[in-house]
Amino acid sequence: MTLSGWLQIFILLIIVLLLAKPLGLYMARVFSGERTWLDPVLGPLERGLLALAGPGAGREQGWLAYAWSVLWFAVSGFLALYALLRLQGLLPLNPQGFAGLAPDLAFNTAVSFVTNTNWQNYAGETTLSHFSQMAGLTVQNFLSAATGMAVAMAVTRAFSGSSGVVGNFWVDMTRATLYILMPLAILVALAFIAMGVPQTLEASFAATTLEGVQQTIATGPVASQEAIKQLGTNGGGFFNVNAAHPFENPTAFSNALNIVAMLSVSLALMYSFGQMVGNRRQGWALIAVTLVLLCAGIGAIYWAETAGNPLLHAVGVDAAQGNMEGKEVRFGQAMSALYAAVTTGLSNGGVNAMHAALTPLGGLVPMLLIQLGEVLPGGVGSGLYGMIVFAILAVFVAGLMVGRTPELLGKKIEAREMKLAMLAILILPLTILGFTAISAVMPLGTGSILSPGPHGLSEILYAYSSAAGNNGSAFAGLSGNTPWYNTTLGMAMLIGRFAYLVPVLAIAGSLASKPRIPPSSGTFPTDRPLFVGLLIGIILIMGGLQFFPALALGPLAEHFAMISGQSF
Amino acid sequence: MSSTAKPISILSPAILVPALREAILKLDPRQLVRNPVIFVTEILALLVSAIVVGDLATGQGDVAFSLQIALWLWFTVLFATFAEAVAEGRGKAQAESLRRSKTNLSAKKLLFPQSPGDRSSEIIPAASLKVGDLVLVEAGDIVPGDGEIVEGVASVNESAITGESAPVVRAAGGDRSAVTGGTEVISDWLRVRITTRPGESFVDRMIGLIEGAQRQKTPNEIALSILLSGLTLIFLVAVVTLYGLALYSGTALTVTVLAALLVTLIPTTIGGLLSSIGIAGMDRLIRFNVIATSGRAVEAAGDVDTLLLDKTGTITFGNRMAAEFVPVNGVAERALAEAVLLASLADETAEGRSIVALAEDEYEARLPDPAQAGARFVPFSAQTRLSGVDIGDRRIRKGAVDAVLAFAGLDRATAGSDFLGAVEAIARSGGTPLAVAETGRLLGVVHLKDVVKPGIKERFAALRAMGIRTVMITGDNPVTAAAIASEAGVDEFLAEATPEQKLDYIRKEQAGGRLVAMCGDGTNDAPALAQADVGVAMQSGTQAAREAGNMVDLDSSPTKLIEIVEIGKQILMTRGALTTFSIANDVAKYFAIIPALFVATYPGLGALNLMGLGSAQSAILSAVIFNALVIVALIPLALRGVAYRPVGAAALLSRNLLVYGLGGLVAPFLGIKLIDLAITALGIA
Repeated sequence: MTLSGWLQIFILLIIVLLLAKPLGLYMARVFSGERTWLDPVLGPLERGLLALAGPGAGREQGWLAYAWSVLWFAVSGFLALYALLRLQGLLPLNPQGFAGLAPDLAFNTAVSFVTNTNWQNYAGETTLSHFSQMAGLTVQNFLSAATGMAVAMAVTRAFSGSSGVVGNFWVDMTRATLYILMPLAILVALAFIAMGVPQTLEASFAATTLEGVQQTIATGPVASQEAIKQLGTNGGGFFNVNAAHPFENPTAFSNALNIVAMLSVSLALMYSFGQMVGNRRQGWALIAVTLVLLCAGIGAIYWAETAGNPLLHAVGVDAAQGNMEGKEVRFGQAMSALYAAVTTGLSNGGVNAMHAALTPLGGLVPMLLIQLGEVLPGGVGSGLYGMIVFAILAVFVAGLMVGRTPELLGKKIEAREMKLAMLAILILPLTILGFTAISAVMPLGTGSILSPGPHGLSEILYAYSSAAGNNGSAFAGLSGNTPWYNTTLGMAMLIGRFAYLVPVLAIAGSLASKPRIPPSSGTFPTDRPLFVGLLIGIILIMGGLQFFPALALGPLAEHFAMISGQSF
Repeated sequence: MSSTAKPISILSPAILVPALREAILKLDPRQLVRNPVIFVTEILALLVSAIVVGDLATGQGDVAFSLQIALWLWFTVLFATFAEAVAEGRGKAQAESLRRSKTNLSAKKLLFPQSPGDRSSEIIPAASLKVGDLVLVEAGDIVPGDGEIVEGVASVNESAITGESAPVVRAAGGDRSAVTGGTEVISDWLRVRITTRPGESFVDRMIGLIEGAQRQKTPNEIALSILLSGLTLIFLVAVVTLYGLALYSGTALTVTVLAALLVTLIPTTIGGLLSSIGIAGMDRLIRFNVIATSGRAVEAAGDVDTLLLDKTGTITFGNRMAAEFVPVNGVAERALAEAVLLASLADETAEGRSIVALAEDEYEARLPDPAQAGARFVPFSAQTRLSGVDIGDRRIRKGAVDAVLAFAGLDRATAGSDFLGAVEAIARSGGTPLAVAETGRLLGVVHLKDVVKPGIKERFAALRAMGIRTVMITGDNPVTAAAIASEAGVDEFLAEATPEQKLDYIRKEQAGGRLVAMCGDGTNDAPALAQADVGVAMQSGTQAAREAGNMVDLDSSPTKLIEIVEIGKQILMTRGALTTFSIANDVAKYFAIIPALFVATYPGLGALNLMGLGSAQSAILSAVIFNALVIVALIPLALRGVAYRPVGAAALLSRNLLVYGLGGLVAPFLGIKLIDLAITALGIA
């Protein structure tokens, strides 16, 4: 670890923090239906879209109507994308002449993008046409992110009002796309183009290398997809190796922009939450929880990677470089560690280094960050509502200790909220551990493993964690493009997204109809350092404890074996 | 009821012996299913026992180890049921003594209920009384059932209910007209209309509540049970899937060790003690001489935001008392004090006595010895509105300002600014001015005021620190009310309050999301008591008030609401503390069991054996034993409750988090290590 490495990390985090307030305030205005400076341009467009949807489309909804809208929208998005991928060969903008995708891969990919996971069991540059990338994947990059934000806003309104309604999904989704994601994506895409990221509809180039070998250089509308991939915490790259590819992420500056772009919206949404519930300190408290855990994760990866692999040092690899396997020299240790922590803490899933090549402990951290529930700060929207579920658990367990019926921001947490919160919390361990255990004992699952032993278990565990957490990053090393993995990972993504989202909306509905109790000195304040510490503890214990045995058999076993000189 | 006065120690054999028997009866799965965590533990204990039997039959497996695990799993369940039995035991002993007070009661049913004063009656068993029957209760009789006095006045010994031996006076009409079955009439006689059916009387309800027969889970208890069941499910998933993960890694885990792991991870500590906490809380309330009709009400008490208190008898002594003598027209203070003392000597009212006390104690006024000779006392009358004394040619009078002015031959215009100023100052401060004159001369003014009970201000400050606003209700005018409110330190007052206003005030508070507690005793309090979230009726109050409230204070002491609130908070705090402790425990248990399970496959994982436990088997056994013993160790805490201090929520939480969160993290590391040392020394695993 070096000082300059830490400086790079902290400068980027400070930039993100500085953006949190202005961006958060702007988003709060957007979702409160207030005027913004983009109204003159986008107002008519927004009204036109809602008018198309028919009269009364913008009416306030209860939680159930809101949830049906979300599900209906996701199902139609899935069907459209599935059809598009299957029929790719017949559609335009296909200069390479790629054929349609196999059913299981098309299912997996469509689910992956509709759930904001962007798990890639395909290699983009050799599988998908420009049309599929633009009209299929990029569209879902916007819409799945906007869906997450909409749901987060429904939950936010449950705390700010007490009329029983949680907003209107179609309005929220439209405004999130038009006023937030589109303008930001245009800005960031232009910046990427300036940094040298390609943006073209041309086919791949053929080139002759210095050795005289023919090489295909893939290109396409990369910058535009890269921008929304980060802003929407999607993570699905244009290229197979994602942001490690020099066209997706050419320089240290583009790397910095990548990180800022993916972190800022999720973090700023926490500020918007504080603003909209009338307690900005609450927003800062959630941001503090995120940054403390994220920094711990960054530090752990950075430390593990610079410490390197004693086995390699023994055979003469320069120990001063740490573990550079699978990393890009233009990013180095610090930026790779930051990227790995942020992309997993964030449910983004893009990578700029190969996570499978991280040291065992360095690889454990990204996995744990996903398993903690994707709340640090999590996907746009989904991170916020995930964090609120943890906050509900925290005030319930500890709030009892102040001798009152627990309440969060003046809303009583009672049996119904507990039931729904536990249901949501149960989803991740059930999906991740369930599928991992089945895959670990069945030849269908173990057949795809590249490295045997504990590393192989880590590969499976990471894949299902990534899918259920809607992260989408891959540990690599696992040949995921098989019918078994395509199907089960797709199921894990669906469960992780929608089986989580529906109980959360139900909590919102229940809280939205409760009166808001004014705080007194007997109320447990949730915007102070004490609560920040408590919430961190609850996230670690409730979110992480159940994965300890699995992690012990995977990365921990590998780590201790590595120390004792054994490799797998 | 002597048992209310001195609580029975939970360590006394009178409680422990029946509790042990009860604990075994409670193993019945049909009962245990109400407690999901312990129910799961019992299933696992059965499972491991079956494996032991199977292993014995086939001669395979590690029988000694499985047997020990099975035994300790049974102990875990047994300790949990034992905790509940102990908590119930104390209540049962109290219920027993109550029940004795009403066995074999007979009633004197009036033969001519329509003729007032007629006392001819027939003797029937109390159990055959119906609602509406009129009965006669005479000196020495036990009141056969709850009822309303229709005629008569009598002194009644209610010690069977309240534990208070001084008899109380009960009379027809007014707010003291209710009698309770099981109490004894000591003098005179009463005609009583029975208002409850046998078996549903106040004492019956008390017995039912104490025995926990009507105990239902409170809303908060239900929410917590859901959390615990959810955690149990999560760990079930973690443990079941571990079988597959271990198989991949080359280890075939046995059902015994998986069961051991699961039991140590699920929150058995709080699961085992959850019901005891609630029962013990109700029991503490009963020892405070408060009967709650439901656990829900006690829990609501912990959440109270606004407390409505009647001024009279609660905040003030209820009688106006002399607080100061203000001399006018150059009269010496001492001279005024002696004149007032003389004028009040024969005044037996509370006001008169307070004037005498003030003059003698504070002003050191002494009577001129021969003065009393030939004194002629003038008693107060509603016409003159004056009282006083004539001694020789001295004619001293005290009374209402205008009456005294008239006596002195003056009026407001000629009274002098000195006098009028004093009168006005007293009135403005909320007091009552009592003018004093001798013959034709004004001597001064006595300041009468409602005296606030000593220490009450501190109690309200404590409530404020808890986050509770106190509101004083009074029939006084706003000026008087404001003065007393500021002196007593209440946050708000409701002056010239009518029953409708009380009700409206409560509704207004509730509409703002606040929980309201109030106490009252009169029939006109009944609607407000029913509307309040926590309504504490005084045992001395009317039947209507007692029916409307959800708690009855047997001592009829309104400030007891403070203790009720504290007990409500204690119950919640104890649940929270043990839940936190239980969850924090899991960290250490993982570090004990996980390396033990896999050290054979991956020797490197031995590095996770932070406690340096002896062997794999002793590590697992130690964790299971710790898990069982910690339930027993925490029974006293569950029954006593976590101490509540009114220091504000944040301070309270940081203290409890430190003790039960951090403590819960550290304690099992030490405990498991110690047990492991013992096991290794004994060589049993």
